[in-house]
Amino acid sequence: MTWFLDHVQDVLDLAVQHVYLAGLPLVIGLLLALPLGWLARRYPGLYTPFTAGFGLLYTIPSLALFILLPGILGTRILDRSNVLVAMTVYTVALLVRTVADALGAVPDDVKQAATAMGFTRFRRFFAVELPLAVPVIAAGMRVAAVSNVSIVSVAAVIGIPQLGLLFTDGFARSFYDPIVVGLAACFVLALAFDLVILAVARLLTPWQRAGGAS
Amino acid sequence: MINDVASWLLDPAHWTGPDGVPARTWEHIWYSGVSLLIASLIAVPAGLLIGHTGRGRVVAVNLAGAARAVPSLGLLFIMVLFLGPRLSGDAASLWPSLIVLIVLAIPPILSGAYAGVEGVDPAARDAARGMGMTGWEVLSRVEVPCALPLIFSGLRSAALQVVATATIAAIVGIGGLGRLLIDGQAIRDFPQMVSGALLVAVLALLVDLALAGVQRYAVSPGLTGRTTTRGGGRAATDADGTTDADGIPAPGAVFAGEKELAVRREAGKTEPRHNS
Repeated sequence: MTWFLDHVQDVLDLAVQHVYLAGLPLVIGLLLALPLGWLARRYPGLYTPFTAGFGLLYTIPSLALFILLPGILGTRILDRSNVLVAMTVYTVALLVRTVADALGAVPDDVKQAATAMGFTRFRRFFAVELPLAVPVIAAGMRVAAVSNVSIVSVAAVIGIPQLGLLFTDGFARSFYDPIVVGLAACFVLALAFDLVILAVARLLTPWQRAGGAS
Repeated sequence: MINDVASWLLDPAHWTGPDGVPARTWEHIWYSGVSLLIASLIAVPAGLLIGHTGRGRVVAVNLAGAARAVPSLGLLFIMVLFLGPRLSGDAASLWPSLIVLIVLAIPPILSGAYAGVEGVDPAARDAARGMGMTGWEVLSRVEVPCALPLIFSGLRSAALQVVATATIAAIVGIGGLGRLLIDGQAIRDFPQMVSGALLVAVLALLVDLALAGVQRYAVSPGLTGRTTTRGGGRAATDADGTTDADGIPAPGAVFAGEKELAVRREAGKTEPRHNS
């Protein structure tokens, strides 16, 4: 505890790095997964190749990806963009299927009603299908967020500063305190991401609160 | 760059001896297999029990969610620092690593098992009772066979995570393909690191495909042929176990509550797998 009090500022700095490395890819990943998931629904022939193909990316172990990316991107190994790209890859891998399934779960009669009311395909997507898909997409985002927070800490092994650095630092000195603080901080961050996603999803789906549908 | 990696991989010297690729691969499979086995022995019966009785669900969901949020790297270091001095020789790094891998594998297997049993069509369960089956018979002859797709998907998530995380465990000194990455980093041997990374990715893929094959063989055709999700015809490809080869996640699951689980069942999907 005294170690934590002495190093509050360091831990906060690392936590900010952690939020950046885990959070930004979450947003970029979602923005990439939306059109991909839409395509997978729009053209049924693409569903299997897309969900299976992007899903495969998730099987690449993170440490392996952190090491492989500099060779592919031409970046230096210590470049933070490697981690950002890796986390974006994982987020997209997780979310393409989620988005495709979420859009697929929008009832057909609702879509037909929207079409009958004169919605163009474009407007129908943004005004009807996407909002109705929010709860499922949010559930996928929560999985991706927790996953990202945990995976980012592995980047400490290749020397990218974030909360994982507390693990490698503590281990190198056989000193529990930084590791325990790091674990707790990661846990709190994962919970914070989770709550933010829940709150946003709640704001975006006001109809779910009406009429007692919890 | 690609040439360097290719020549590393093709060098016969890297394919023999205790630090050769076959030996490292075997170690990797061994650690992963033992961890998955022990985790399954704990999590499958527990999950089936929770699904069958409906008791302890909330505790299980929250525990599994919380366990997912714990970074394996930190847990690994704590375990080594704590258990290492109490064990001798190789066991000092082996057991802490195995424990971390087991802890990692339990949540997905557990949630797969209970979500699978819970998602069994109540009509099938009632019919089984009506035929005079005891609780045990209902579980073993109806619920478990019906739950197999989700049990397998939990197992496959767990397998991927374990194979990926076993790589990281090389930091604390155990063998496996992670050695190529960690030792390569220590001596700045980039081709070796990239080769190791490629080999781990390929191994993860092969393990998943192997489990997909077992799943295909084990799951009753009566289940895989039937599709009633709202996605329409496309769901057919999904249920036959092939597309699940990616195994990835599905809506729901982390700190998933009732609703997400319901949505997840609706989509006929499963458990997320989370890499490390």
